[in-house]
Amino acid sequence: MVQTLKKSWTTFKTIFTGMGVTMRHLLQPSVTLRYPEERDELPSGARSKLFVHIDDCIGCKLCERACPVNCIAIETVQATKDVDLGKTSTGNPKRFWITTFNIDMSKCMYCDMCVPPCPTECISMVPEYEYSEYDRNNLLFQFSELSADKVTEVKEKAEKEQEEKQRKKKEAARKKKAQKADQTSKAKQKNSEG
Amino acid sequence: MALLIFATLPLLLIVGYALFAIWLERKVSAHIQDRLGPMRVGGWHGWAQTIADMLKLIQKEDIIPTNASRFLFKSAPFVLFAASYAAFSVIPFSSAYIGSSINIGVFYLLAVTSLLTLSVIMGAWASNNKWSLLGGMRTAAQMVSYEVPTIMSVLSVLVVAGSLNLMTISEMQTGNDILGFLPNWLIFQNPFLIVAFIIFFISIVAESHRVPFDLPESESELVAGFQTEYSGMRWGIFMLAEYADMLLLSLLGAVLFFGGWASPFGSYLSGPVWGFIWFMLKGLLFVFVMMWMRWTLPRYRVDQLMEICWTILIPVSFINFVLIALWEMTF
Amino acid sequence: MAPVTSPQPAAIENRTMTINMGPQHPSTHGVLRLEVTVDGEVVTKVKPDIGYLHRCFEKYAESLGDYAKVVPYTDRIDYVSALHQEMGYVIAVEKLLELEVPERVEYMRVILAELQRIASHLLGIGTFGLDLGAFTPFLYCFIERENILRILEKVSGARLLYNYLCVGGLMRDIPTDFTSDTWEFVTSFRPKIKELNDLLTTNSIFIDRTANIGVLPAEVALNYSASGPMLRGSGVSWDLRKNDPYSIYDRFEFNVPVGQGEMGTVGDCWDRYIVRVREMEESLKIIEQALDQMPGEGDVKEAVPRRIRSKEGEVYVRTETPRGELGYYIISEKSGPYRIKARTPSFVNLSILPAISKGALVADLVAIVGSIDIVLGGVDR
Ligand code: SF4
Ligand code: SF4
Repeated sequence: MVQTLKKSWTTFKTIFTGMGVTMRHLLQPSVTLRYPEERDELPSGARSKLFVHIDDCIGCKLCERACPVNCIAIETVQATKDVDLGKTSTGNPKRFWITTFNIDMSKCMYCDMCVPPCPTECISMVPEYEYSEYDRNNLLFQFSELSADKVTEVKEKAEKEQEEKQRKKKEAARKKKAQKADQTSKAKQKNSEG
Repeated sequence: MALLIFATLPLLLIVGYALFAIWLERKVSAHIQDRLGPMRVGGWHGWAQTIADMLKLIQKEDIIPTNASRFLFKSAPFVLFAASYAAFSVIPFSSAYIGSSINIGVFYLLAVTSLLTLSVIMGAWASNNKWSLLGGMRTAAQMVSYEVPTIMSVLSVLVVAGSLNLMTISEMQTGNDILGFLPNWLIFQNPFLIVAFIIFFISIVAESHRVPFDLPESESELVAGFQTEYSGMRWGIFMLAEYADMLLLSLLGAVLFFGGWASPFGSYLSGPVWGFIWFMLKGLLFVFVMMWMRWTLPRYRVDQLMEICWTILIPVSFINFVLIALWEMTF
Repeated sequence: MAPVTSPQPAAIENRTMTINMGPQHPSTHGVLRLEVTVDGEVVTKVKPDIGYLHRCFEKYAESLGDYAKVVPYTDRIDYVSALHQEMGYVIAVEKLLELEVPERVEYMRVILAELQRIASHLLGIGTFGLDLGAFTPFLYCFIERENILRILEKVSGARLLYNYLCVGGLMRDIPTDFTSDTWEFVTSFRPKIKELNDLLTTNSIFIDRTANIGVLPAEVALNYSASGPMLRGSGVSWDLRKNDPYSIYDRFEFNVPVGQGEMGTVGDCWDRYIVRVREMEESLKIIEQALDQMPGEGDVKEAVPRRIRSKEGEVYVRTETPRGELGYYIISEKSGPYRIKARTPSFVNLSILPAISKGALVADLVAIVGSIDIVLGGVDR
């Protein structure tokens, strides 16, 4: 009996303590941000979207290699001798045409592994988080700025140069061979003469 | 025609109140939890949110499980609503308006609210869902048990008041005579009625299944209890009936203990219109306290719920009843 | 006159009912499915059915072939305490490669780990309350957790899956206002614990629901190799930070709270709960000491190797996460990891559920599952 009374008393007491706490909160201002009208400021390093300064990219593919989920796809074409692609803002010379630089943000897990390896600091996370799409294809971000024509052009050029190189190499090799053959035949002659 | 208007007045009141109460519940819960709650629909603090929700619910597809008992499943929400609506007819909203001033008002009200149990079991059993069934079983046990302390505490009031007519009970509570300033409300007329009120309040919280006694629909255990399979407007009617039930029991408490439509300032600010306002304010105060409790407390377990009822509330209410009767005989 | 025979009652068939709790049940903390056999409301048998969240962590880790790339995957094992998962893994790899880590990094790791422990316990406590029907404490816990997440976001850039620790150091420099932010949090958080106690811990309905429920005796806990608050709740003082210190935990003073059966029996749900609450206070103590002692200067990437050159060997490293003992077993080859096995506390702790929930009511089962504080990512990996 006494115990029941005691128990009831503590029950009432703790219930009222709890209700006191909630009443205090009822009178306090709330912490809600009314999202589209009010926005929280993200800290400067927030990881929410990848961005590439394509002008600064040297096509080293380090970021592609660092990514655990393979969501970066880079294709490069060696620049031909006659064009100078200039330098990046960090002073590294650019030697490649970046024909493809695709980041599939629907695969990306925002792990930030691709950012530190970049030698020119051109790939980075930007605090932008409102880019939902209805179609997941729209989440494939293409950073390469070359037009399709340009791509074929540089490809052809590069191929030509490559061929030229090959040919030159071959020619050089042939010449060398011929020379060698020449020499050996001469030497033979000498030998036979001697 | 006039009769029809007379009869539908409570309906309008219930629907309007339910919309308001759901909005209020959201607001109270939100602010208790340091949130804001609905803020957009309708402008000022999202007042039209519940109206929009109701419109949405009406448009929704009416899903009936294949293996459900169709007739019972369909009719359960309406039985529930009809029961609480019918009970409103004996509530004296103001000195000038009461649906039906019958002599056995309290008895009628308690009898009609028992139908609630029936409809909940109907819905639960007809859903053919295990969670619903468990919820229904809990409800049956809970509501039947808690009716005993409710009735005992109501009886204690009746001993003091000496009438079963709710209008008469309200009328006798007008004026400010106790200790010269306190209103003549029954709760001040007999010290043991305070205990009776506490028991009554606990029991009505249990009867309208609110936290800490919301076992029939305890969402973290039974998904949604007896409402699990309901959707669309049928679910909406359950919701409506639940809030109506809450108001009904709160108003009953206001009549029985806090003077019904009687003004707290004697004849000042009295009259039919003020009476209605006072009455609703008293009812809404209880509703608010129930909400406040809901957003503070965890819930009891089903056996503890029964234990509280049978080992504490019922014996205490019996003893209290005897004491009240003795008090009335001596003074 | 024929004798009156009472009608023979038909034999009452005592049937049990099987109910599926989950994978979409509101209180199974994710996608856990419990096959519950009930007799009325009394649970006679529980069978956890797991695997809905299996993400092949171990297979991935083997096939990535690079120790650095595994770190973001470890985050996802137990996403509520991601930093602890990283920390265990990173320490294991450092042990394998015999790397020395700078002081500043060690302190930073400890501070972050303890912040994460508080955040994780807040979630565990909040959802436990939610399971028992108390909605509001859950949101209060979330407000506090948000403060921690803000600090972590400022540090690492992410809110949940940080990928902040890397083999040999940290991914980014420590922001300048980190110390002041953390101090601010520590001072503002103490009163909140008291408020939580008022609202939930001492609430008699809460005590009624948790005391003497799901009692796990110390012996059973040890036999099932439980760990973390689950084991300490049963009164066994075993905390790897004390008993087998890793990182620099041996430099701090803190207590290991254990369940004492204050409200009921030792090892009941309330004990497991209170251990978590008290551990938050201990974590605050550790954070304060670490903030005081942390060297102000230093390069956090000093010891980070440019490329990790794998070595042959085997290591096993265990650390104390908010849920218990997390172990990483790494077999390494010259070319990279051959096998990385994660021993997650959630999985082991969940295996005790059938043993302690027999004879409980359905409502108790919910409380017991809540008190184990599992994270399904950790159970399924
Ligand atoms: S953030 Fe991670 S997943 Fe995304 S592209 Fe970079 S490395 Fe790949
Ligand atoms: S690491 Fe940087 S420079 Fe290299 S390919 Fe990637 S973005 Fe370009």
